[in-house]
Amino acid sequence: MARQMIRAGQRLPEREYRPGTVQLFLYNAAIWNAHRIHYDLPYAQQREGHPALLVDGPLQGDWLTQLVYDWMEEGDELLSFQYSNRRAGYVGDVLTAAGEVVAVEAGRVNLALRLSNQTGQVIAQGGASVRLAGAA
Amino acid sequence: MTDLISDAARRSIGTSLPPSRFEVNRNDIKKYAVATGQRQRRYLDGDEAPLLFLFSAMMPVLPLEQLLEDGHKPDDALLPELPLKRIMAGGSEYQVHRRIFAGDVLLCRQTLLDIYQKQGAEGPLIFLVFENRFATEAGEPVVTERLTRIAR
Repeated sequence: MARQMIRAGQRLPEREYRPGTVQLFLYNAAIWNAHRIHYDLPYAQQREGHPALLVDGPLQGDWLTQLVYDWMEEGDELLSFQYSNRRAGYVGDVLTAAGEVVAVEAGRVNLALRLSNQTGQVIAQGGASVRLAGAA
Repeated sequence: MTDLISDAARRSIGTSLPPSRFEVNRNDIKKYAVATGQRQRRYLDGDEAPLLFLFSAMMPVLPLEQLLEDGHKPDDALLPELPLKRIMAGGSEYQVHRRIFAGDVLLCRQTLLDIYQKQGAEGPLIFLVFENRFATEAGEPVVTERLTRIAR
């Protein structure tokens, strides 16, 4: 997307995630999180009543930042980011990260971001503000 | 709606923990980047840390015997006694003052900013708002996070 052409309503390239047990294991090892709902299926189902292993909320937040990082160009700076988890995400879900430009002003771009599951439910949503390269 | 937040819990608003110090390690960034499916080379190479890498910096490394039966760490010292025991992530807001690089040594000061109650669809919810201020040892601000956790 040419920088000078950015305007409200433009969509960011979407990205699909299919979280599996190997990725959840690596993620929880990387963040040093031993909560069993992310890797122990009998525990997650029988003790905490989940249908499947849960995808970590902060991992969903990371995926929303990746949407922004992949859209940013050399010299752009992420100024702020926010997200909230709205519904559980599970291993086996097909999750789509999507976003669009909501405002452009003085070299700053505000983005709306969301992560949806295969039924179209938004499971995480957020936003970000980016200063474009060369803007004050 | 019954007030579930005790006076003692309200008095804990404003409490801070002593700053925790951590080093941003290239290999840790690389592992995190692979685990999250990162595509950007600067993160995969470990030169720079993606923003949410900071979540890992806040996870304490405790002896095995201190972990709870569900694998969780014990509640941190800033979490007041509440009648609702199941704590969920509620999301975060980050102000980014500068990028995070391998080799950075950062201090994080965590403060309990607010506690409030709302009625959810399935019962009452207590919201806890924390602030995590990440800065260099010289005091340069790096990231300020406002983190919400929800007790239900």
